[in-house]
Order: sequence, then C-alpha cells, then structure tokens
Amino acid sequence: MTPLASYLIVAALIFAIGLAGALTRRNAIMVLIGIELMLNAANLNLIAFWRYGPHPELLSGMMFAIFSIAVAAAEAAVGLGLVISIYRHAKTSDVEEMNRMKG
Amino acid sequence: MGLVFYVISFFAVGGALAAVLLKNLVHAALALTIAFFGLALLFLRLDAQFAGFSQILVYVGAVAILVVFAILLTKGSEVPKQGVFSKSWFTGLAIAAGVFAVLAWAVLRAAPSLPNETATPAVNVNDIGNALMGRYVLPLEIIAVLLTVALLGAVIVAMHEKERAGQS
Repeated sequence: MTPLASYLIVAALIFAIGLAGALTRRNAIMVLIGIELMLNAANLNLIAFWRYGPHPELLSGMMFAIFSIAVAAAEAAVGLGLVISIYRHAKTSDVEEMNRMKG
Repeated sequence: MGLVFYVISFFAVGGALAAVLLKNLVHAALALTIAFFGLALLFLRLDAQFAGFSQILVYVGAVAILVVFAILLTKGSEVPKQGVFSKSWFTGLAIAAGVFAVLAWAVLRAAPSLPNETATPAVNVNDIGNALMGRYVLPLEIIAVLLTVALLGAVIVAMHEKERAGQS
C-alpha cells in the first residue's frame, strides 16, 4: 500500500470513530468530542494530500488545514459555551432529554 | 511505511477509540488528548511542521482544556445510571461502520493510482507566512473576525442568566 493510502485509511478510521461517538453517546460534550475527532481526521486527509500531491509548494492543503484548525477552535468554544448554558437551564447535559425547542 | 507510522497511528486511533468508549468523561478527555497528540505527530511525519505544532498548541493546549472545563462545570464526571450510550446506539454504530466501509473501499480501490513516495516538499515557515500575507490574506482576515465573533459569542452564551435578567 502506498503511504498516502495508509494515511487515508487511518483518517477514515478516526472519522468513523468520531462519527460513532457523536451518534451514540448521550452526553452533549461527548458529541462535541466526536465532532472534533471528525474534523481532525479531515485535517489529516488534507495534509496527506498536500504532502503527496503534485504541487506542495503552492501550500493549498496546508492552508486548508490551518484554517480548519482555527474554525474548529471557534466551534469548540461556542459549542462548549452552549453546553454550559443548556446545562444551567435544563440541569442536564444528556442530549436525549433535550427534546424541547421551548425553554 | 515504517514502524514509526504504525506506532503513531496506533496511539491516534487507540486514543480516539478510548475517548469514545470510556465511561468517565474526564478519562475520555485525557484519551482525546492522546488522540490529538498522535494526529499532531502524524502531521509532523507528513513534513507539515507548522500544522503539527499548530495542532499541539490549539488542540492539546486549548481545546482539551476547554473540554475538561466544560466537563467539570456540568458535573459530567459522574457516570449516569442509565449508561453512557443512547437508546439508538446500534443505528449510530451501523451508520459509522457503513461510512468507514465506503471510505476504506474507495481508498483501497484508488490505492494503485495514488502517487507513491515523493520528494520532501521544500516548504518552511517563511513560505507559509508569505502565503498567509499574500495569496491567503482575505481568508486570514475572515478567520480573525470569525474567531473574535465566536469568542464573544461563547462568553455571551455562557454568561449568567441572572445578570441579564437584572439589567432588563
């Protein structure tokens, strides 16, 4: 197997683990952790394609990954702020009990 | 692919698995840190030094700490009685397995046509800085605005309800 393919397989594995975590865990923080893992797997794909792609000196994949890291940081801050706010309001962080749009 | 790749991938995938499976959320956050660290090492192995160190700074340094803060503020470290997995866990697991099967099938089918070992790209931090200030200056500015807005929004969202009720 070529090195690029092995990196892609590792990224697919981490993406699937993150997806499983986001879909099966009850706690809202664990759902966010799953999403972070999926974002990281996508970053690994971008870097791997940048490294083995035809024009690494153009830095496209690298820039994608760096901007994606910044967006993921913003997403984590807002997401965890929302979880804390919902916890204060509903006294739970279980996503199965958050079934009302109205407070 | 050398032994180093397999060891690092083992840590990244094992950390991710442990983060998803562990019942205690604080332990899950620690396992998540291991997964982030493994991914950063994979970035470094792919000659992306800047992205690798950004990964360590942002994820291991900031996101993991934020997650731990959120867990402790929401009493998430207590294991709930009804279990940590939702009632529809089997559907979620099946969807994830299906996604992995499709991705792995696509990668393995395309593997013979993927580019093989290429020369190490001659890119240093100087080039990245020039690209960020030249070709990618608009995305950089937008990211700066996005980060400011997101952090202000996070503070406002997580602010105490009482203070706002008192003002109005």
